[in-house]
Amino acid sequence: MLDVSLRRKQGNFTVDAIFRSEAAGVTALFGQSGAGKTSIINMVAGLARPDEGHIIVGGRCLYDSKNSVDLPPEKRRVGYIFQEGRLFPHLSVRSNLTYGMRLIPRAERYVEFDQVVELLGMEHLVDRRPAKLSGGEKQRVAIGRALLTSPSVLLMDEPLASLDFARKAEVLPFIARLAGRFSIPILYVSHSLEEILNLADSMVVLEGGRTVASGAIEELMSRRDLQALTGYTDCGAVLSTVVESHHEAAGLSDLRFQGGILKVPRLEVLIGSRVRVRIEARSVAIALVSPEQTSVQNILPGTVEEITTGNGTLVDVKLDIGCPLLARITPNGLAKLDLKPGMPVFAIIKSVAVSHGVLF
Amino acid sequence: MSWFGLTPVESEALRLSLWVSGWAVAVSLPFGVLAAWVLARLKFPGKSALDGLIHLPLVLPPVVVGYLLLVLLGSRGMLGAWLHRVFGITFIFTWKGAALASAVMAFPLLVRAVRLSIENVDRGLEAAARTLGAGPLRVFFTVTLPLMVPGVIAGAILAFARSLGEFGATITFVSNIQGETQTLPLALYTLTQVPGGEWAAMRLCGIAIVLGLAALVASEILARRYAARLEG
Repeated sequence: MLDVSLRRKQGNFTVDAIFRSEAAGVTALFGQSGAGKTSIINMVAGLARPDEGHIIVGGRCLYDSKNSVDLPPEKRRVGYIFQEGRLFPHLSVRSNLTYGMRLIPRAERYVEFDQVVELLGMEHLVDRRPAKLSGGEKQRVAIGRALLTSPSVLLMDEPLASLDFARKAEVLPFIARLAGRFSIPILYVSHSLEEILNLADSMVVLEGGRTVASGAIEELMSRRDLQALTGYTDCGAVLSTVVESHHEAAGLSDLRFQGGILKVPRLEVLIGSRVRVRIEARSVAIALVSPEQTSVQNILPGTVEEITTGNGTLVDVKLDIGCPLLARITPNGLAKLDLKPGMPVFAIIKSVAVSHGVLF
Repeated sequence: MSWFGLTPVESEALRLSLWVSGWAVAVSLPFGVLAAWVLARLKFPGKSALDGLIHLPLVLPPVVVGYLLLVLLGSRGMLGAWLHRVFGITFIFTWKGAALASAVMAFPLLVRAVRLSIENVDRGLEAAARTLGAGPLRVFFTVTLPLMVPGVIAGAILAFARSLGEFGATITFVSNIQGETQTLPLALYTLTQVPGGEWAAMRLCGIAIVLGLAALVASEILARRYAARLEG
């Protein structure tokens, strides 16, 4: 749905980004500030012009230097949500929301006003002025305004960056809901891995204007070479799961993922919700046989994929349990088990070691 | 016609002044906004020359401006003869000429105020409007212009007040004809030239002061009302 390849020199900084994503859903552009994230979505929106490359969204070509295609921003049908909201101060919330919608022929709209107002919980805001809204409310209006143009892609430039923690928690579920509700791609710029883990399906990692990696979140998060960039001191793997059932007596919830069931402390969410969990490598142990009597809830069969001896004191073992999982063990442990790539093993994960994201 | 106990000469001068200044502002406003936009937003060779030309009336003696208008738009002037032949418009010795002289003299003040307000418009809002599907022209009329309103009001009132006070260019270009081109300042000047006109001149001074204050108050009220609207 998204096919982006861009080069642009700005001063002595060069943006050189290539990424694609096939499915609808959230693609995160991740990188430290100054990595070129905003430049890239400005180019996708047509607010900045690349030197060369192409931008294709949902099969429609927005820019192609080879064929001299360069649609102006108003023809691109992108919904851009800016970091600062950028609501029109001279218009009411209602007029802000309908500003773009009124320019789209009715036949080309896939969302209606009432639908968006309800989805974003804005019923009580529509008759106010932007100056009277809180930060979180402003961002919701900005999201609604972009969505009402029935765009073929949503571009979000750190939409939560200017909000405090409580306001973030207020807006995040709405963004998450969008991805599920409309089958359009969302390009989500962020330097916060937390946000990305909560929202994104795939990720593009940028450093100094260049794409260093792109792919599914689960895959990228388990790559050791990206650990330094993602900024986590402890490496770990990320699993996408769906809440399968709750066990009140045991105080546990079952989460289904590609490789089976993961048991975690009881989650206060509805069955069927999507939950993304992160499992730190140091809280995963490896056994050759399934332990019989243990307090550990999760014993998952898998195979050894890759063994990396880092700076000497610890060894990272990448396992395949239906999806990538990282385990960090001592060289002593490695020698004791005599692990080799391809060996069948059991991954042992304590329930309490599983941290989960905001749920939706 | 007599307002508030004014003499016919006074009310004639007052009416003419308001009429001439009103027209001067109304006609120059669109051009002023355009010129301000060009100066604030475009980059092109000769921009400094255009900037200088627009500001010239501010630094030239008004008589020079009046004389140049006379040469250019007089009945035998290049432009004047053509305008009269093609459109039947005559500027010389008419109130239209007085309005034109006022407009030219007030133009730099108008452009300066409007330009300042354009430079204060957040271009991010214009970019946002573009991504929402609005072309450049629609963005100008639905986002840029509404956000410029305080500056446009300030510029218009400033230009109006300047027009009310216009003297040198007017008297040079369209002369001092009672009922046609004799605005307040010209009437005042005439009174100072005749013996025993002191009291009548003082009365005109009073009218000018009231008018100026009214313009300032009006601008203040409009600006406040607009600011209140933006804050919801």
